[in-house]
Amino acid sequence: MSDNVKETKQPPRMPGRPPRGARVPMKFDKATIKRMLSYMKPFTPHLILVVIFILINAAASVSSSLFLKTLIDEYILPLVGTENPDYSGLLGAICRMAVLFVAGALSALFYSRIMATVSQGVLKKIRNEMFTHMQSLPINYFDTHTHGDIMSFYTNDADAMQQMLSQSIPQVISSGVSIIAVFCSMLSLSVWLTLTVVVFLVVIMTVTAVIAGRSGKYFMAQQHSTADMNGYIEEMINGQRVVKIFCHEEKAKEKFDVKNVDLCENTCKANAYANILMPINNALGYFLYVILAMIGGVLAINKIPNAACFTVNVLSLGSIASFLQLSRSFTGPIGQVSQQLNAVAMAMAGAERIFSLLDEKPETDDGYVTLVNAKRVNGELTETEERTGLWAWKHPHTADGTVTYTELKGNVILDDVDFGYVPEKIVLHNIDIYAEPGQKVAFVGATGAGKTTITNLINRFYDIADGKIRYDGININKIKKDDLRRSLGVVLQDVNLFTGTVMDNLRYGKPSATDEECIAAAKLANADGFIRMLPEGYNTVLTGGGSGLSQGQRQLISIARAAVADPPVMILDEATSSIDTRTEAIVQAGMDALMKGRTVFVIAHRLSTVKNSDVIMVLEQGRIIERGSHEKLISEKGQYYRLYTGAFELE
Amino acid sequence: MIKTLAKCIRDAKDPAILTPIFVLCESLIEVSIPSVMADLVDLGITPGDMNAVIKYGIILLIQTLLACFFGATAGYTASRASSRFARNLRADMYYNIQNYSFSNIDKFSPASLVTRLTTDVQRVQMSFQMITRIVFRAPAMLIFAFVFAFRTDHKLSTIFICVIPFLAIVLAIIIKIAFPIFSKTFKAYDDLNEVVEENVHGIRVVKSFVQEKFEISKFKKVSDRIFSLFTKAEKTVAFNAPAMQVSVYTCVLLISWFGAHSIVANGNIEGMGLTTGGLMSMFTYTMQILMSLMMLSMIFVMLTMSKASADRVVEVLNEKSDINDGERDLTEVKDGSIEFKNVSFKYFQSAESNALDHIDLRINSGETIGIIGGTGSSKSTLVSMIPRLYDVSDGAVLVGGEDVRDYNIEALRNNVAMVLQKNVLFSGTIYENIRWGDEHATDEEVQHVCKLACADDFIQSFPDKYETYIEQGGTNVSGGQKQRLCIARALLKKPKILILDDSTSAVDTKTDAMIRKAFREEIPDTTKIIIAQRVSSVCDADKIIILDNGKIVDFGSHDELYAKSGIYREIYDSQTKGAEEDE
Repeated sequence: MSDNVKETKQPPRMPGRPPRGARVPMKFDKATIKRMLSYMKPFTPHLILVVIFILINAAASVSSSLFLKTLIDEYILPLVGTENPDYSGLLGAICRMAVLFVAGALSALFYSRIMATVSQGVLKKIRNEMFTHMQSLPINYFDTHTHGDIMSFYTNDADAMQQMLSQSIPQVISSGVSIIAVFCSMLSLSVWLTLTVVVFLVVIMTVTAVIAGRSGKYFMAQQHSTADMNGYIEEMINGQRVVKIFCHEEKAKEKFDVKNVDLCENTCKANAYANILMPINNALGYFLYVILAMIGGVLAINKIPNAACFTVNVLSLGSIASFLQLSRSFTGPIGQVSQQLNAVAMAMAGAERIFSLLDEKPETDDGYVTLVNAKRVNGELTETEERTGLWAWKHPHTADGTVTYTELKGNVILDDVDFGYVPEKIVLHNIDIYAEPGQKVAFVGATGAGKTTITNLINRFYDIADGKIRYDGININKIKKDDLRRSLGVVLQDVNLFTGTVMDNLRYGKPSATDEECIAAAKLANADGFIRMLPEGYNTVLTGGGSGLSQGQRQLISIARAAVADPPVMILDEATSSIDTRTEAIVQAGMDALMKGRTVFVIAHRLSTVKNSDVIMVLEQGRIIERGSHEKLISEKGQYYRLYTGAFELE
Repeated sequence: MIKTLAKCIRDAKDPAILTPIFVLCESLIEVSIPSVMADLVDLGITPGDMNAVIKYGIILLIQTLLACFFGATAGYTASRASSRFARNLRADMYYNIQNYSFSNIDKFSPASLVTRLTTDVQRVQMSFQMITRIVFRAPAMLIFAFVFAFRTDHKLSTIFICVIPFLAIVLAIIIKIAFPIFSKTFKAYDDLNEVVEENVHGIRVVKSFVQEKFEISKFKKVSDRIFSLFTKAEKTVAFNAPAMQVSVYTCVLLISWFGAHSIVANGNIEGMGLTTGGLMSMFTYTMQILMSLMMLSMIFVMLTMSKASADRVVEVLNEKSDINDGERDLTEVKDGSIEFKNVSFKYFQSAESNALDHIDLRINSGETIGIIGGTGSSKSTLVSMIPRLYDVSDGAVLVGGEDVRDYNIEALRNNVAMVLQKNVLFSGTIYENIRWGDEHATDEEVQHVCKLACADDFIQSFPDKYETYIEQGGTNVSGGQKQRLCIARALLKKPKILILDDSTSAVDTKTDAMIRKAFREEIPDTTKIIIAQRVSSVCDADKIIILDNGKIVDFGSHDELYAKSGIYREIYDSQTKGAEEDE
């Protein structure tokens, strides 16, 4: 918090949003899956190729396990004991396999490469859609979601999806194909043994589900401890200077230790369960092997008729050997699939969150009045392409098909306006404001009195509940939001600069501005001096929101930025709060020049800033309680007088 | 780097050592399994000997159970070791941060410290777990499997000697090509996050200036770069699997061909040479050997990737506080007198100009001193020398007649209370917050200081009074209330010197005056230093310092300064004229 009284600009956070980490694992929503698939639709040809290549690859890998049976039964055992063994058959088989293997390996290469394009393409599409959509969301969305939450859409959630797209999906498809192929091969060898495998499969799945469930439980606990820990660290690190001053280090450590141990325990358990899954699955695989060998042995030795897919015969010993080998190729992919389950569940949760962002309703804009360049022909306003410096509202009338042009002057009228962030709680009551073009209107009042809220209504960050706001006589609901906002300049207390050069930042509101225009604006705001002192002057690259600059310097740049945009109406919300009174006095000249000929709304807690306004509104709890010029209000000896003389605390 | 990290192992040492041992046992057994499996086929199934099937089946089951036991235990100890290691890392980092001086804190942004303590530690933890489990397992499997393969058949094993280097070289080449691309991709991701973050924070600016389209195009540019880089990297890595498969298949086919000859030649009799069962084991060894190699390359990639995180963690651990208890370790602060002897100070060694420039100043115990000056005139810097938040670059600061560098820091700071300009309350009740000043203070003492700081009135107006819960960052009290709570908190220390760094800016002038009156009457022996923007906050001080550009321009009482200092007169007149006219 700065040393200034800071206005709370945000309505209360909305409840009902579960904290991060409280996601429900293993939830597969059909709609989510369907929607995710829709992103892959443009890549259908790619995906068909991918599936074909995966099939070839899986065929090669299954053949390699089946090859053993052929090798032993057809090429080795018949030759054992012969005088002059003929290896030509074996050579042929090996050559055929080599061709298949090469094809398999190449397929693996192809499908991975194609999948890279697909997964990154899908991600790019989702990412771009998210950002584009985010830009269209109303301010209210940003008020009710923490920045960390919004950021995590692009980081955690997108990461989870990426993991699934580029790893889990190919893995699951390929394992699935292997499982099916191996299963068919097993059936072709022996139905009885296959049944045994199926029974065992159920066991493996159950064990996996139990262990994964345990792991998931502690995983959630770990997420909770992590969130708790993060919150604590964040608070303490941000207050680190106070901790130092009060020699409170030991205390800070005590509380930390408790949380740290807690996190350690939960992490340990979550990981431990995840870690033991593999060895147990492995063991079950071997267990299956032994059981199959025994059952197979019993079947073969007792010559019990073996039901195979197409034939009924006695189980050959070679078949048992092959079957055993196959069982290894069967449990392997099952283990791999179960390992991917967690990743898929995480991705689904991520996708759900991403889709919830995409489903947020964008800012509605039914405006049809637009802002156009205009020129005067015979006293009549007409639209023109070139920049004339004269702007007009183009107002098409649907009733009779005519178009009228109104000059942009900067007349703003609020007529009996009510507003609430939520309908149940009205925070502004019966606000009437008449701002003539070129007037300076100031708002004064305690925190939460509704000063900033009023300005947010003028540029339609929020829509009013009742009453009317007119801009040059036009109801602002009829004006296209973009055009409305283009005609309003804002300078906020919390300055947001963007990564880029100082010049880029100055030009932000008007990309076509020349260097000269920008420098002139900087001079006006008294920012030219320190900008020239920067290492590269106007070409100095600002990073981290201009972290190298002082708050006051950033405010000066922000004022210059608004000056470059050159709007007819300006909103200055605590624009000079971080500039000390002496510097402010120097900037004042520039500010006066900037404000000249514009309608200006000023919010400031420092009364010296608002003293020379044409009209001052004193707000209290969402109502205007006093209005008039400085002299008038002082003579009335009301609230403003008490504020001005310091008899009342401005909070 | 390793050395620093190794210090944090401590109680993670035992499980960290046990893990590889268990893992080694597990892999040894796992490698011996194929030969038993082979025996099961050769001696049990092939001759149709059910007893042999059962015998080898039981051996196999025992092996399996043992492998499972060792594997699961290793999984547990690995997780125990890594979570303890992470806990120690976090604790060491956090403890070290507690030791940081102000200039150490200036070096790291709070956000970066939080990331280092959380995300980065997590990555290091995962790597640590991987090291204990897989770094030993992969080479062990490789060696054991090779030894067993060699025992099964010497000649066939030579195939591995040809294939392993091939695969190793191919994997190394892939890593070498892919790694730089991955690094670039991560950099691009940082850029993307930056664009998103700036937009989320500055959404009002974006919308006000109607620059949504511009921001979207900016985002798409970065997004495209990520797409092309990441695709390229993944396409390079795509060679991994085929390289592996080619190696496996080559081995399988070669073993089949030569193995068949060998089996036929010796009549598939156990003891005479390779058997069909042995052939099967050879296939299994092939998989084990090449998979281990693959794993090694994977670990290598992941470890290199987490190196960046480890570096960031180590940076925090290795940052040494540049302010330590003085050698003389004085614990007694005699009185509240302060002296600056030719003090110069700069924040960075490389900074061009001094933040404080040859300051000479004497303040007597019990005096009230006001400091005024413009933005950037180093007012805060000047006072932060007194509780030794920073060390002077040149000259000396004396408190109670002794150099601040000779004191025990805790003793010094307990006697020099400072109310910071950017102050923070912590989540907790008002009682808890005020007791930061003195944890043993009684309720009455707390209420007394709150009365002095004119905070008692508004606290009493809260439904829960002193038990009112303050939200994180103190967002549920107003700026002026917060400042008064911070003053009360500092008063509870009963300091010999009290410094208020622009601490009443949001408090109205009347209350401000009441607080100063309370100071005068209740703590007359405490030296009070008040920095203020508002001239009314300082004009009744014993002496006023006017700072400009790190230099003391003038020093004297209100009357003296009004008479001789142009700047002071200007400030005083500009701030008081309006009010006087109206009164």
